[in-house]
Amino acid sequence: MGMTIAEKILARASSRASVRPDEIVVANVDLAMSHENADLVRKSFLEIGVPRVWDPSKIVIIFDHRIPAESEKTATTHKAVREFVAAQGITNFYDVGRGGICHQVLAERGHVKPGMVVVGTDSHTTTHGAFGAFATGIGATEMAGVWAEGALWFKVPSTIRIEVTGEFRPWISAKDLILHIIGRLGAAGADYRAVEFDGSAIRSMTAASRMVLANLSMEMGAKAAFTPVPEIGPDPAAVYERVLHIDAGRDIAEPQIACPHSVDNVKPLSAVGELPVHQAVLGSCTNGRVEDFEIAARIVAGREVHPRTRLIVIPASQQVYREAMRLGYLETLMAAGAIINPPGCGPCVGVHQGILAAGEVCVSSTNRNFIGRMGSKDSSVYLASPAVVAASAIAGRLAHPEALEPVHA
Amino acid sequence: MPEAKLVLRGCVRAVLPENIDTDIIYPGRYLNITDREKTAEHLFELAYPGIRAELQPGEFIVAAANFGCGSSREQAASALKYAGVGAVLAASFARIFYRNAINLGLPAVVSPVAFKLCAPGDELEVDLTGGRVRNVTQGREFASAPLDPRAIELLQAGGLIPYLKRKYATAQGARP
Ligand code: SF4
Repeated sequence: MGMTIAEKILARASSRASVRPDEIVVANVDLAMSHENADLVRKSFLEIGVPRVWDPSKIVIIFDHRIPAESEKTATTHKAVREFVAAQGITNFYDVGRGGICHQVLAERGHVKPGMVVVGTDSHTTTHGAFGAFATGIGATEMAGVWAEGALWFKVPSTIRIEVTGEFRPWISAKDLILHIIGRLGAAGADYRAVEFDGSAIRSMTAASRMVLANLSMEMGAKAAFTPVPEIGPDPAAVYERVLHIDAGRDIAEPQIACPHSVDNVKPLSAVGELPVHQAVLGSCTNGRVEDFEIAARIVAGREVHPRTRLIVIPASQQVYREAMRLGYLETLMAAGAIINPPGCGPCVGVHQGILAAGEVCVSSTNRNFIGRMGSKDSSVYLASPAVVAASAIAGRLAHPEALEPVHA
Repeated sequence: MPEAKLVLRGCVRAVLPENIDTDIIYPGRYLNITDREKTAEHLFELAYPGIRAELQPGEFIVAAANFGCGSSREQAASALKYAGVGAVLAASFARIFYRNAINLGLPAVVSPVAFKLCAPGDELEVDLTGGRVRNVTQGREFASAPLDPRAIELLQAGGLIPYLKRKYATAQGARP
């Protein structure tokens, strides 16, 4: 019987000829990633009583959620992790100023290879399926077990295949596609399952755009998500739980917006109605890359951020920051009135650098709009593409880039 | 370590809707709290602060589908456990939350109908291995998915860390 990509990788990692959905396998882990929650992992690991991690070269630790430390408490946990990393000989450690958001850094520093089993103490670890890895999020205690043993049990997931053909309309991007899919399948639509994306519209996407799809697949519960790579693909006779066909041009006529307070509450932009916006956020592991800044810069060039609105821009990594600077995008964004935050998670998880007050509305290129995610429990977050975020910052309300006044020369 | 009980008795503290995400259970702003006991202080803080205020040890949280969706934060499971929740019964769980709960020794029971057949204050008897829930107050019984042997083993050990601790202590530090 043919195998899907997830089945192939789990079979290899558990030294089996083949595996089927629902089987339990113990797979060797190729890469184990943590961010600041490495402090929780460290504590659990020390409790186990094993003196050394199984393989320091396979562990990567990247600070991103609270950088630079926003409080003494965080500074203390950062310090504890630094000391642990040094004591264990973990050299793949990206401290403040050396990296950025964990998923971006893991990708751009070439830690992920096709066919790998990657676990991370972050739910959006699914992002690395864009490079052909079986990559999934786990909790800190489970990671402590991985640090001790280098292996983890998995239930082999069934796979949903999503084939996307056709041409995207102007201003429509990977973000709109995946929001559309989440809206159709629901927040639990891919729970416990793997997702394989393929089709001409996917194959013509940039790596950054493919990362958007794999990243946000988490928001419909996916355990792992894959976009095509030359090195590993499904068998022709692979068995899927379900196959979905999407025509990008026909099915996605306008930008897609995930309305409060769940990511599957997706509406076409025109159905959301008049919505004044106080804050616009461009960043995160979903949409904080160079191509996102390029499109935003194109939209805001020669324009000004609306007086009512704050535009907060957060490069996903140091590398993205430097590249966007070199290409002039940051200059353009700043000239329009944007503030540039240091690379990292920024306000995405509601800690610092752009927290919302009660009653405020934010349009954001991030990935979650849960109650209180970015600040007050009485604030609201609308998730959208970088193009819509940039256009909304200029208009001061939720806006399509095409709806902006022309720039006067 | 006393063996964990396999039949739990307690009252329902709250019946919650579907898609209770981990930000609702434990807000992201408290993620730098890494003492598990202390995470309990912020359970449901933004959306349902009353739950923690009124929770009695051993009480149940009942929910519709996809409980624990969102972030991988283990604090969501530890906050429930250390606040004293006896078990969570949901129509389904998001996968990372489910693993976190079992790994921390918090029973997570899949019951497609519990949220329809329980009201706050009802007394329940939850048979973890038998796959059966009795609503004592309403005098009715309904099915749940029996926990698999791996989950039972972890719950009885008190969670993954005590389980591994014991394993390595008996192996005298030798890796398998
Ligand atoms: S950017 Fe947001 S979603 Fe991505 S890793 Fe950081 S906090 Fe999580």
